[in-house]
Amino acid sequence: MFDFSQITDWIHATLLSFMPEWLAVTAECVLIGVILLLVYSLLALFYIYFERKVCAAFQCRLGPNRVGPMGLLQSFADMFKMLIKEIISLNNTDKFLFALAPYLVILASMLAFAVLPWGNGLQVIDFNIGIFFLIAVSSIGVLGILLAGWSSNNKFTLIGALRSGAQMVSYELSIGLSVLTMVCFAGTMSVGGIVDAQKDLWFIFSGHIPAIIAFIIYLIAGTAETNRGPFDLPEAESELTAGYHTEYSGIHFGFFYLAEYLNLFIVSGVATLLFFGGWMPLHIPGWEGFNHIMDYIPSVVWFIGKAIALSFIIIWFKWTFPRLRIDQMLALEWKYLLPINLFNLVLMVLVIVYGIHF
Amino acid sequence: MVLLSIQSSTLAIAAALTGIGLVALALWLAGLISPRSFNPQKGEAYECGIPTRGESMAQFKVGYYLFAILFLMFDVECVFLFPWAVKVRELGGAGLLSIAVFFTILVLGLVYAWRKGALEWK
Repeated sequence: MFDFSQITDWIHATLLSFMPEWLAVTAECVLIGVILLLVYSLLALFYIYFERKVCAAFQCRLGPNRVGPMGLLQSFADMFKMLIKEIISLNNTDKFLFALAPYLVILASMLAFAVLPWGNGLQVIDFNIGIFFLIAVSSIGVLGILLAGWSSNNKFTLIGALRSGAQMVSYELSIGLSVLTMVCFAGTMSVGGIVDAQKDLWFIFSGHIPAIIAFIIYLIAGTAETNRGPFDLPEAESELTAGYHTEYSGIHFGFFYLAEYLNLFIVSGVATLLFFGGWMPLHIPGWEGFNHIMDYIPSVVWFIGKAIALSFIIIWFKWTFPRLRIDQMLALEWKYLLPINLFNLVLMVLVIVYGIHF
Repeated sequence: MVLLSIQSSTLAIAAALTGIGLVALALWLAGLISPRSFNPQKGEAYECGIPTRGESMAQFKVGYYLFAILFLMFDVECVFLFPWAVKVRELGGAGLLSIAVFFTILVLGLVYAWRKGALEWK
């Protein structure tokens, strides 16, 4: 398996050969920033296209097919359209908070984005409390959404923001607990450590029953966390026009749109990391030849492929289940998912203590 | 990129600045190429086409507040479980017993909130 740290070490050594260390570190940070920016925007654009195509397939339509081959340039065209739209400044908004909200939303998703393990040696931030950091930064996004709804000074946005706040904080609990279950199993919070622990077998297979329950809960909570699918009541267009971002126009709205799609990728990426081995190829103990062939597929392809496959499932939810009402949504979390999750944690601890895992 | 010579916290700051930079850059670009026009109707809240009645930053349902408080309690407890979760294998029986006491109190808290009707959306 190709180790990307060879490339990064080489860049570091080359930079150090003709500049002092602080300058080299600054240059590397700028380089990382530019790469992050590019990957972030390209991935968001790809996801917009991907979702539209998948939705179209579910509804027996063609989807975008006019701009570029197979409509591939459609999301670029959409982005330019957003850029050339006027950013309307409203009379009665809280100007400072209104401008601050998109920054928080993008900041949260960018920080979470940087923690993901992209490939062998290809990971930007590797804290020893990595997964904990990820949960912490992804909850900044709620603040952005609440601020957006509150500062717009509009009844629709206020209700949308409150619904979104209640939903995101509630389901954050389920995400936290299912991550906790997997942290118990892995015995480490570092993202690199969790990936390494799945070298022989992915957690979803080695942790069998508790891992599968945790995965299902994570997938439901993750869908709610991204305000998607059956949980899209913060922006239920038939009730609230567009929810918390009703008053945002042009590229200002684009940021929420961008962050929403990126959060879809981040949720799938974290599910990949915790349950499907991050960038680790599919290994089956004992099948040496098979494992060897799987090693030839690059680690980046494994990670992105698994993440996109999980995103496909989350998009599928949207076209399968009807939208929930707010009391049903809160009851689902607090009366079903949370008790099941607490029970599952006990089950996982028993499985670990008695060693009934592979 | 696990660059061993760079602290993760420095990289986290770099990623945060990238996020802020993305928004600032796009806003600046949009400011350069997007049109500007003034119209008194444009500045009004997007509602039904008629002027907004009353205050929009109004009172909201108390249920949201209740769930926020519940979340705060459970999340702090969840955070408390994390350090134990990392060391669950090493701590063994003694750690398991002490966390079981804490866990029971946590579950009792949920049962209490449930019985009191805090989980009903009224």
